[in-house]
Amino acid sequence: MAMIEIRNITKSYGEFKVFNGLSLEVEEHQVVCLIGPSGCGKSTLLRCMNGLETIQGGEIRIHGDRMSGPGVDVNALRRDVGIVFQSYNLFPHMTVLENVTLAPVKVLNESRAEAEAKALRLLKRIGLEHKAQEYPDRLSGGQQQRVAIVRALAMGPMVLLLDEITSALDPELVSEVLNIVRDLAAEGMTMLLATHEMGFAREVASKICFLYGGKVHEEGPPAQIFSNPSEERTRAFLQRIIEAGRL
Amino acid sequence: MASTDDGREGVSGAGLLGSDRQWAAGTTPRDPTGWSATALGIAVLVILATWSTLNGIHSALASVKSESVATTAILVLCGVAVLMLLRPAVQSWRQAQSAKGALAGKDVVGARVANAASREDAYVTFGYAAVVVILLGIAQFFIANDLAVSRTFFQVSLIGSSLGLTLKAFWTNIYIFVVAEILVLIWGLIVAIARLLPGDAARPVRLISTIYTDMFRGLPAIINIYLIGFGIPLTGLPVLKDLSPESYAILALTLTYGAYVAEVYRSGIESIHWSQVAAARSLGLSYMQTLRYVVVPQAVRRIIPPLLNDFIGLQKDTALVNVIGSIDAFNQARIIASNHFNLSPVTTVALLFILITIPQTRLVDRLIERDQRRMRAGGT
Repeated sequence: MAMIEIRNITKSYGEFKVFNGLSLEVEEHQVVCLIGPSGCGKSTLLRCMNGLETIQGGEIRIHGDRMSGPGVDVNALRRDVGIVFQSYNLFPHMTVLENVTLAPVKVLNESRAEAEAKALRLLKRIGLEHKAQEYPDRLSGGQQQRVAIVRALAMGPMVLLLDEITSALDPELVSEVLNIVRDLAAEGMTMLLATHEMGFAREVASKICFLYGGKVHEEGPPAQIFSNPSEERTRAFLQRIIEAGRL
Repeated sequence: MASTDDGREGVSGAGLLGSDRQWAAGTTPRDPTGWSATALGIAVLVILATWSTLNGIHSALASVKSESVATTAILVLCGVAVLMLLRPAVQSWRQAQSAKGALAGKDVVGARVANAASREDAYVTFGYAAVVVILLGIAQFFIANDLAVSRTFFQVSLIGSSLGLTLKAFWTNIYIFVVAEILVLIWGLIVAIARLLPGDAARPVRLISTIYTDMFRGLPAIINIYLIGFGIPLTGLPVLKDLSPESYAILALTLTYGAYVAEVYRSGIESIHWSQVAAARSLGLSYMQTLRYVVVPQAVRRIIPPLLNDFIGLQKDTALVNVIGSIDAFNQARIIASNHFNLSPVTTVALLFILITIPQTRLVDRLIERDQRRMRAGGT
């Protein structure tokens, strides 16, 4: 049984159907990359998976347990499923250390000392322990996004959702963020990425899913999707990416 | 640029730009003598008017026998200081002459520079002259009718003798607004949060808090104070009927200003981008934890300036408690004023109210600046 099973989900914003019977399975330790045109629902899918948005039909199961619909303890779900956003969303009124320790202290009831020790250990791993007392505005975009990843990791999530985490970054800052994701993949973190970094997706992904028309239009290993896609839509999408010089 | 191989046309062949444009920015400057002459004339007129007013003040002071070496010295100093108006006026005139000379010598650039300087100096003269004229108007008002205005509002001897009583009564105002401000901060936040509670279950709570803010923002504070201050003792309710007039005033002002401040809080909370809430919720924080640790701390920083506005309003409205007979500074000053048939003690109270608000504004500006310097990147 797959760790995450998304079965036949539907969701509409008014007339617009974001999901029209979308299904997707993710095995433990897999890295799944979601690609597709703007508005195809990559981000929405990730947001539904940790309860920031609700689905209208179908279901999402994690370890066989239904994690969508009424009665789910979303606060508990979010402890297990972390998410990192495109615009980092660090808390501007807190230092880096306070950003990272807030949830462990308030949600996991860790002692402050314990949470700070863990935060500093994580910050050290990404080379930012010297920024612990700084406010987010004094950090570069790449540094802020690395802190945002650490903030999610401090909760000890079982699954990490990464929502276009490099889209808002200057090109030369992208690699420092992707290196962390690469390390996490190597350590076996189960991850779903919505991304436009096709080269990176090709390198780290166990599976690529092309979202189109409210469904997973085509999925497969990166080698197959990028070199020999079987669907016309996938081919057209990748062709435009190549024309833009992004692959 | 010729047309390129992908078929786009070069700039020269396109019809986007007009073909018969002439360079028009190189005109010779106009003669600035008119401006500088006007500046000189106005400066001289204002100086003469000032001297005449100062003379009037001097004779008014002599008539009430309060002239001294010090006052005369100050008047003379003012008379000399106003001569400073001539400086930019003369400077303007000189630059105008030099612009004329440059133009005669065909030095267009030199003429432009001198012309601009001449104009700038003429405008400086007008700016300062305008302010001096306003001050002269005020001075004339005070010495008019044989110092009637000064005597009515600023009788120094009465201000001095009544200052102790007024200051003591002003403590009542300070007590009322300090307690009310603390209560308003808490009460306003509770109302704002009640109004923003999500979900169907909270619909009645949202409704009642909306009704409350609508009612008490519409109700004039003076009527509210009057109703509570006179009404509650009449009801004979236990505990409530025995409170002091000051307590009724605090209660009334908290209810009125709580409604305003709740709206200020609400606008602050709603101005925090939803992505901050999403980030907090995605870490497992509950709705209330998100408000407590993420949204409200950021909102409070943004609403400090409008909050200070409301607090200054509240401080001034403490003077309304005189309608329920509480001896605050205004009421005390009115009693003294009617005993002496002179408004000077009331002027004192007016000045006291002004004096307490100015340092608050500066303090808040300083606090905001410090907070921003701490959080923002250096240099910006």
